[in-house]
Order: sequence, then C-alpha cells, then structure tokens
Amino acid sequence: MMRFMLLFSRQGKLRLQKWYTATAERDKKKMVRELMQVVLARKPKMSSFLEWRDLKIVYKRYASLYFCCAVEEQDNELITLEVIHRFVELLDKYFGSVCELDIIFNFEKAYFILDEFLIGGEIQDTSKKSVLKAIEQADLLQEEDESPRSVLEEMGLA
Amino acid sequence: MALKIVKGSIDRMFDKNLQDLVRGIRNHKEDEAKYISTCIDEIKQELKQDNIAVKANAVCKLTYLQMLGYDVSWAAFNIVEVMSSSKFTYKRIGYLAASQCFHESTDVIMLTTNQIRKDLSSPNQYDTGVALTGLSCFVTPDLARDLANDIMTLMSHTKPYIRKKAVLIMYKVFLKYPESLRPAFPRLKEKLEDPDPGVQSAAVNVICELARRNPKNYLSLAPLFFKLMTSSTNNWVLIKIIKLFGALTPLEPRLGKKLIEPLTNLIHSTSAMSLLYECVNTVIAVLISLSSGMPNHSASIQVSFSRHAHTFSLKYLGLLAMSKILKTHPKSVQSHKDLILQCLDDKDESIRLRALDLLYGMVSKKNLMEIVKKLMLHVDKAEGTTYRDELLTKIIDICSQSNYQYISILVELTRLEGTRHGHLIASQMLDVAIRVKAIRAFAVAQMATLLDNAHLLTGNTQRNGICEVLYAAAWICGEFSEHLEEPMATLEAMLRPKVATLPGHIQAVYVQNAAKLFATVLRGQEGAPADSTVAQETSQLLIDRLPLFVQSSNLEVQERASCILQLVKYIQKLQQKDVEVAEEVTALFAGELNPVAPKAQKKVPVPEGLDLDVWINEPPSGSESEDEGRKSKGKAVFAKDESRHTKPRYTEVDEKELAKRREVRKAEQANNPFYIKASPSSQKVYQDGVGVEHIPVVQIDLSVPLKVPGMPMSDQYVKLEEERRERNKADKKKKKDKKKREKGEKGRRRRGDSGPESEEDITPAHMVDIVTEEMPESRDNHIRSDPDL
Repeated sequence: MMRFMLLFSRQGKLRLQKWYTATAERDKKKMVRELMQVVLARKPKMSSFLEWRDLKIVYKRYASLYFCCAVEEQDNELITLEVIHRFVELLDKYFGSVCELDIIFNFEKAYFILDEFLIGGEIQDTSKKSVLKAIEQADLLQEEDESPRSVLEEMGLA
Repeated sequence: MALKIVKGSIDRMFDKNLQDLVRGIRNHKEDEAKYISTCIDEIKQELKQDNIAVKANAVCKLTYLQMLGYDVSWAAFNIVEVMSSSKFTYKRIGYLAASQCFHESTDVIMLTTNQIRKDLSSPNQYDTGVALTGLSCFVTPDLARDLANDIMTLMSHTKPYIRKKAVLIMYKVFLKYPESLRPAFPRLKEKLEDPDPGVQSAAVNVICELARRNPKNYLSLAPLFFKLMTSSTNNWVLIKIIKLFGALTPLEPRLGKKLIEPLTNLIHSTSAMSLLYECVNTVIAVLISLSSGMPNHSASIQVSFSRHAHTFSLKYLGLLAMSKILKTHPKSVQSHKDLILQCLDDKDESIRLRALDLLYGMVSKKNLMEIVKKLMLHVDKAEGTTYRDELLTKIIDICSQSNYQYISILVELTRLEGTRHGHLIASQMLDVAIRVKAIRAFAVAQMATLLDNAHLLTGNTQRNGICEVLYAAAWICGEFSEHLEEPMATLEAMLRPKVATLPGHIQAVYVQNAAKLFATVLRGQEGAPADSTVAQETSQLLIDRLPLFVQSSNLEVQERASCILQLVKYIQKLQQKDVEVAEEVTALFAGELNPVAPKAQKKVPVPEGLDLDVWINEPPSGSESEDEGRKSKGKAVFAKDESRHTKPRYTEVDEKELAKRREVRKAEQANNPFYIKASPSSQKVYQDGVGVEHIPVVQIDLSVPLKVPGMPMSDQYVKLEEERRERNKADKKKKKDKKKREKGEKGRRRRGDSGPESEEDITPAHMVDIVTEEMPESRDNHIRSDPDL
C-alpha cells in the first residue's frame, strides 16, 4: 500500500502531496522536509529506491519535477515505478504535453486525476482509457452545473 | 440592507480565484509570507459570506495554501459546508480539501457522516465517486463503523465505476474497523469473478492485501487465485497474486511445490522487470519454506538478475534479494562473493552499503583475511565520511570475531585521518592487549612506534579523534612495559612538550604511565651499579619534564603530575644516597589490572554487622522544625538559616501521622466540589499499601548491556558472560575486598563485558592464555598508592 505521494520541483517547492493515511500536520511537514532533502541530494545515476525510516521510497525525475512515493516494506518497488509512470502518462494525456506550470495552475485537476487512478493507496484501474474517460465525464458534469449566469445573477442582485 | 448586499457584491467582483492566487504568489517571491497572510485574511472574509460559490472558491484557495505548508485546520467547518453543496463542482472541492487536511482528531468529522451517507446513495455516480475517494483519505473508526453497511451495498452497484471504488475502499474500512470484514467477505469473494476486469482486479488487490496481514483465513481461496494466475495476462494483477502466494506458502508447503513450475515459467518468459522481481522474491520465499535442495537454482536466477542489471536500481534490488537468501542459504551466496566485492566499487552509496552488509554476513574463516584486505583498500579510497565509518565499524566487527592480526589492522586504521572512531579503536586495542597475553609483546612494540610518531596524530583534537588511540597506546606501554625494548626512548616520547596539546584525559594517562615506565627503567638499571647514573638521569628527566604538566589546566593532570613529581624527587634523594629504590618503586605498580564485570560489586558479600537500611545518624526531628522553618520563611524573605533549605524533605513520618494526614485530605476532597475523585479501585490500593516498604522491590536485570552502535562486543560477550556467571556461581569464594578496581583503571569504562574464557565457538589460531579473573584481588596483597584514592 502506498503511504503517500509527493511531487516537488528541483528547487524544493512542493507541487502536490497526497497522503493515504491520516497523519497530523506537523508530522506531515516534517516528513516532507526530510524526504525532500534526501531525494534532492541524490545524484542522477543513483538507484531509484532507498530506505527511509521504515518505508521504501521510490522516486523518479521527470523534467524538473520529482515524483516520489513511499510504499511499505513488502511492496514491489518496480511496480511503484510503473505506477508513477502511469500517472505521468495520464497527466500528459489530459493536459496535452504536461509541464510543471500546468500542475501548478491546475493543481486540483491533478488531484482529481490521481484520485481516479489510485484510491486508498491501491491502484483503481489499470486501463488508461477508463481512467481518462471517468475524468472527462466528471468534467462534463461540472460544466453542466455551471450553466452560464450573468455576473449580476451571481451576486444575487437580479 | 440593500446597501450591504451591494457593498458585499462589489467586493466579490474583486475576489481572487485560484489562478489569481497562484499568480500572485509567484509574483511576490520576496514577501511571500506577507502576501499570503493578506490572502488568508481575504479568505476568512469570503468564508463569512453566505454564497456557496464564494465559499467554494475560498476553500479551493485554502487547499492550495495547505499544500504550501500553511495550516488550514481552522476552516474545517467551512470545508464541511462546501462538501454539503448540491453542485458537483463545489462538492468536489470540498471533498478534496477534506482529504487533504482532515485526520482523526478533527472534530467536525462527525458532521460529515450523514453528508457522506447522502452522497453515497446519490443517483449521480460521480457524487458517489467523489465521496468514496475523499472518504478513503480521512476514514476514522467511527466513520467506518457507521458507513460500512452503505459501502457494502455499493459493492453491488450497477455501475462498475462505483463497484470498483467501493471494493477498494473496503480495505481501508477493514483496517479501521475490523469487525466489518466478516459480513463483507462473501461479497468480496463474489467480486473476484466480476465480469468487469477493473472490479475483478480491485477485488484481487484487496484480498491480497488482507491475506498478507492474516494468511490463514485465505488459504481456501488459493485454488481460485491459482486459476486467475495462470489465465490472466494483466501484469499488475499477476504481481499482486504472486505476492499473495508468497504470503501463503509458509503455511502450505504443497502449494509451494505446485507454484515453482508456473513461477519459473513466468520468470523465463516475461520481459517485465517488475514481474520478474516479484517472481524472484516469491521463489525465495517458497524455497525458504521448502528448504529443499534448490538453492543453486535460485542463486543462479539471482546472479543473472544482477548481472543483467544495467541500472543501479536493479543492482540494488538484486543485492536486496541476495541478502534475503543469505539468511537461509548462506553457502549459495558465498560463491558470488566476487560479484559482491565488485559492487563495493560502485558509485552509488546505497549499493555499497548493501554490499557491505552482505559481506559481513558472508564472512567465514577462510575468506576473512581476503575480505578484510579488500575492505582496507576501500577504506583508503573512500572519501565520504559516513561510508568510511560504516566500513570501519564493519571491519572491527569482523575482526573482533577473531584476534588474528587484529592489532596490526588496528594500527593501520589509526593511521587514517578524519575518522570519528578513535574511541572505539582505543578500547578495542586495550581489550585485546589485556586479554590476549601472547599478543602483548607485539602490541607493545606497535604502541611504542605509535607514541614516537605521535606528532602525526596530535593535530586531530576532536573528542573522539584519533588521539584517543594515544590513550590506549600510552596505557598499554605503561602496563606491559616489561615487553618494551627501549623503555627510555618511550619514556622520552611520552614526556615531550608537545604532549601538552593533547586533551586532558590523555595527558593524565600519559603522566601515569610515565611513572610506570620509570619504575621499569629503574628496575632494569639497578641490576648494574655502574649504571646508576642512568637511573639518576631518568629521575632528572622526569623532574625536568613534569612541571609542565603540573601547570596544566586540567585538574586530573595537575594532580597526577604533582604527586609523581614529589615521588620522583624523593626517589632522587634516595638515589643520591645510593639506596636501592627499584624494588619499592616497582611495588607501586605491581599487580595486574583486570577488567571488572559490572555486577562484581553485587557479588561482594555484605560483611556481617553492617545493616545498610538503618539510619546512620539520628533522623532529623519531625514536622515541628519544618513548620518553624516555614514560619520563619514567612517572616523574613531571606532566611538566615541556609541549612534548613537543604534539609531533606523526606522525613520519616510515623504511621499515625500518615493516617491523620490521609483523613484530613479525604475530608478536604469530599468537601471540594471540583475535586475529581479517583476510581474506587485505585483508592483501595492506596489504603492497603502503607508506606514505602511494602512496595515490592523487583530486581531489574541489568545483564543486557546498552546497545551502543559500533561496539562489536555486546552480543557475543553477553552470552559468554551469562555462561560464565553460571559457572562462577558454583565455585565462588568469599572475598572481602570492596575497593572497586574500576576506579583504579583510570576512569576507563567497561561496557558490560568482562574477561571471557577462550571462546568456545571460535578456535583461536594459536593457544592464547586469556585472563579470567572477574573479582579484583584482595587489597591486603597488593597495595597501590594510586593518587586517585
């Protein structure tokens, strides 16, 4: 089971954090800080897996973003790498040639995509197509909801 | 009223949405914190509005800020409000915020139960979906208990989208509320044969995870999974199933036998590294349970795995798997020793550390020297300090298992710079030198050269630096000075002025051992009366050099130096009268120092007539003086009588006093409306137990020494210590000596080890006569005028 997933830039800015176990804020912050330090210090040719506290950390760098997952002891690290790759592919398909800025400005969409792909730390659906379809449909639903209303209506004046 | 609406609305036109917020933060790189605090204030204003759209916007921005690290738990109630909106967009935002920041101690979670229940039964599948996803992140035991039934019904929903999510979230629910497993289990099993592959793999996932925690209950499903494994081509599912089998095989050996066939097929056929890795891991698990003669098979798989590992990740995993094999089939790994040694040269530090661990496990009599030699080479090459320290500790671990050539290795180690393990090395040297008599001569020679070259080492004045080794060197030379070839030269070396730059405790040792060496020199000289001048020269040398130490800032050094200086002056006077002083001087330092077990003190029997529990003096007078003291304190702020304050408060109060006080206190408590009474059971205990004497005294077993990382001796010697203690108890003689020899060992601390007998499990290369005494010899025979005492 995946414990958490972090996305952060080379400069140490956190772009996304998804926790699959409820942890206190303070602990989360501490863990994020420590982990970022460790991963950012690794050189390019080093192994993608490392052990940290009692978890295994699997990370991969895509352009300027580090995708970092923490899995439990018995989990398969190589499959976690696949999970990371699949997530990147999904983002790519959705945003069309995704870059870090896309994730910065549409971070809630990135979360929604992640939520369709992983739930409770486990893979929901291994088919890219069905995940993307579900997201598209949810988006359609959102747009239907937002039927065009004039500004005045929104403010409640008319 | 209308004006308020208009005013508020105009404010709303200028609300920032998420994009604006992000842009704003990026533009305010210098004063980010200030900008964000203004934004937070704006958000607080927005949250006070009634309009749900505005609130949702605010919550969305809060989620972003939470990601940046700001605490948003104060807005928990507002998040719940947004979650309860009917529009999907806002609901989604609310749930996202909730999954990011809710946790077990968020109080508003209770409010969400009904909301989630409503959403779960919503006709819109996406509402349900979003609720399930959000719930999976912040589910608590209470929520799990309340919503388990709803989720179970959802497992049979018409839409596979929902079924999938429901199945997966059941795992989380089980974790928090285990009782929900029983009713849900049959449904879960059905899902294994669900037509939709997504739901099926979800069910496989959940059952696999559950089975790993509690394999017994899921053995019955093994045949079903077997069928799935052979029929499925989906790698993800396969990996999960294989992992499940890995967990089941320890319980069912026949299963293991059946598995080997399809697993090996998979290994040879698949191109996916991840699947291969999983298969290999399971094969190892299977083989461990079978303990059959197939280790070579698995080892060869391992080798092919690591050899083809062109990335470091795979190499690392290969090493990991090998260490697993090592635990049960060490021999098969030994043949790949060269490969592992190669890995030591790797650039990646984590790989090197893994290889090091493996080597440590693989060490045996034959390859010990080879491995140690290779490691020494590495130590020379290694620049990074953590790796080097690891190496050092490993080398010491390996070598401590056999004393062969240990000393030379230790000396080589001291020549290295920049290590923090000087202390460790020092204690090792002392250890070996004391216990292994045959090596003493060699050790002493080495130490003498070390002292001569001390100027190389004095540069490093760290606490734990290499200069600690000089401590050991000086002590060994002093104690075993009979082996020294040129005591004069060593004495010279010890008293050089440069010594004064060393840390205090080392200087103290130097001074002390200089005295011992002096004794040896005298003894050597006084055989030939014609050389009495040499003896006198030695005394003169000491008298010249010691004053430098007397002026040292360290108290210990001062003390010892001045004592010895006086002694030497006295001896000089005697020498000038041509009196033979050698005998007496030697007698100062006669007797062997042996390590003392920490429990030695306990073994010393208490002499008759001594009762340790009786008051030595009259107990101080009871409460009156205390009251007086208090009163006087009240009158004068600065009490003249300082001694009252330092009087121990635990005066011996007799039974009546105690009972009286208890009554008073109980009356007080009964009358006090705010006093929360303790539960009756604890009160009863208090009433029964009267006074401190009735508390049972339990002997705390201190035989397990502290686990100090890097100290290699603990485990082995603890075991030996226990064995020997049994033996010693049988033939213990009563000794009257109470003096702790530990003190006489110049403050050196022994950590839970004592003189072991010749280790039974490790046959030494040559017969060594190891000192076995545990108790210090009685005082009558050996008098030492130790300045410490």
